[in-house]
Amino acid sequence: MTMNTTTTLIDPTGEHAAVKAKKSPRPATLDGITVGVLDIGKARGDVFLDRLAVRFAERGIKVKRYAKPGPSRPAVIETRQRMLAETEAAIIGLAD
Amino acid sequence: MPTQALPDGLVAVVKRDCPTCVLVEPVLRQLAAAGTLCVLTQDDPTFPEGMASVIDDTGLERSYGLGIETVPTLLRIEQGRETTRAVGWHRGEWEGVSGVRALGVDLPDYRPGCGSLTTDPNTADELAIRLGGFTFKSRKVEIGSHEDEHEACFDRDWSDGLPVVPPTAVRVYRMLQGTRRDPKEILGLMPPDYEPCTVEKVAANAVMAGCRPEYMPVVIAAVEAVLDEPFSIHAVVATTMFVGPIVIVNGPVRKALGMNSGVNALGQGNRANSTIGRALQLVVRNVGGGKPGGVDRSTLGTPGKLGFCFAENEEDSCWEPLSVERGVAPGTSAVTLFAGAGVRGIVDQTSRTPESLARSFAACLNGTLHPKLFGGLDSIVVISPEHLRVFREAGWSKRRFIAELMDLTTVPVEDIAIGVGGMTPGMPPREPGAKVAKFRQDGLYVVHAGGIAGMFSAILDGWSPSSSSRITTRVVRD
Repeated sequence: MTMNTTTTLIDPTGEHAAVKAKKSPRPATLDGITVGVLDIGKARGDVFLDRLAVRFAERGIKVKRYAKPGPSRPAVIETRQRMLAETEAAIIGLAD
Repeated sequence: MPTQALPDGLVAVVKRDCPTCVLVEPVLRQLAAAGTLCVLTQDDPTFPEGMASVIDDTGLERSYGLGIETVPTLLRIEQGRETTRAVGWHRGEWEGVSGVRALGVDLPDYRPGCGSLTTDPNTADELAIRLGGFTFKSRKVEIGSHEDEHEACFDRDWSDGLPVVPPTAVRVYRMLQGTRRDPKEILGLMPPDYEPCTVEKVAANAVMAGCRPEYMPVVIAAVEAVLDEPFSIHAVVATTMFVGPIVIVNGPVRKALGMNSGVNALGQGNRANSTIGRALQLVVRNVGGGKPGGVDRSTLGTPGKLGFCFAENEEDSCWEPLSVERGVAPGTSAVTLFAGAGVRGIVDQTSRTPESLARSFAACLNGTLHPKLFGGLDSIVVISPEHLRVFREAGWSKRRFIAELMDLTTVPVEDIAIGVGGMTPGMPPREPGAKVAKFRQDGLYVVHAGGIAGMFSAILDGWSPSSSSRITTRVVRD
């Protein structure tokens, strides 16, 4: 390959242009909305999330529970779509 | 350039570098004098000297269009179409094509020709891309005339940290010749970006890894195996644990590619072993976007994440190969993918009975991840020839070996209870006499490899007790 010619390389990447997803605005109040609580399956995550659900209930906030298939597996599309349709805010718990 | 662009009459394709072409120079003059002759010259526009209708074909477009494989070739064109041709110098054939008698009477009757420049290995692939209509689906990246092509790959973040072979169009085209699969075939969506992983993308990364085209079927099978859902490559990339994909090759393809299953089988020094595993990891990095510090969150990683591939020594084993254990027919080439960490040694130079040696293996296996971390693990045992000999001479089958290991790695809960040995990790209290197994029921795999000297075997630790990734196997297809 001589140095004075242009070389054409075949792009080895997924040609993925990352698009930064916009976050929904943080709700001003939790009153009257449904909060989704997603258990990602990490050890003792349920302890934290159970407690959170109790505290929300005490304040009259509606909670819906969801779960991933496990900590190393992404949430299935159906779960993501249900959370989108059924909730106005989400809490995703991490624990170990 | 299609044949229609040539005038009707005779066309001779020649090159100065061909002694037969030089030999027939007087014949070309004879034909020119007798009527219409057009000469296409491939390497030197001044050859044959002093002739009126010589066409410069140093770009080889016309020769390629005519499908010339040998020079000299004499063709007759009628109404824009080739009607007949003679290859090399054969007086009778040339007289037949030209209709001119007494050609080259001073020459020998017959001389074979030379290879057309269109078949030169250095140019044939470039011509296939430039003139043959081959197109890439991938984006083309032009790098500047003064840009170092190796540095260009680093600059674009395509490398795993080591230099890569720049994936030029010609190199990727050649790599694609190593498989019958359609370059546009999508093998799956590669996590974590879930981008379509085409055969062409695999080829570009295989070039960068340093593969030869004939490795492609194995690389493709490895990509297919990590894309199998149970392998969960997204999680293997993302985990804070050590693991990366380990590729184990079985079947005739090991010998065909000259893979190493002997001395230093898990180490460096063999091109196929070193580059096939690397190609897979470059696909994960570049197509899937799984990069350290990005989605790859491994706390420490392992050197095997540069690429970890080896072959099983099937010929000298009394046990069935891993692929057969995995349900593939004997004699069929296959790759098995395991999410594993680095190599841990089992050093036992004194055991001469299978009972003692199995206990040594079990003691080392019990240390996987942590000596008090039990339940649901998986591991691969790479057994060396000298260790296998002990079991062979005692008549142990592979099934028995694994069953004994499973038994020896099942311990009373109180031995590994929380706090035992002054260590916090461990099992919570259970009923007295309860036992717990270190490994999942189908979580121990055995592969035979290594040099003939040394009573050393190896453990390739699996990922985690939650069995987040399962071993997968794919048959290698051409």
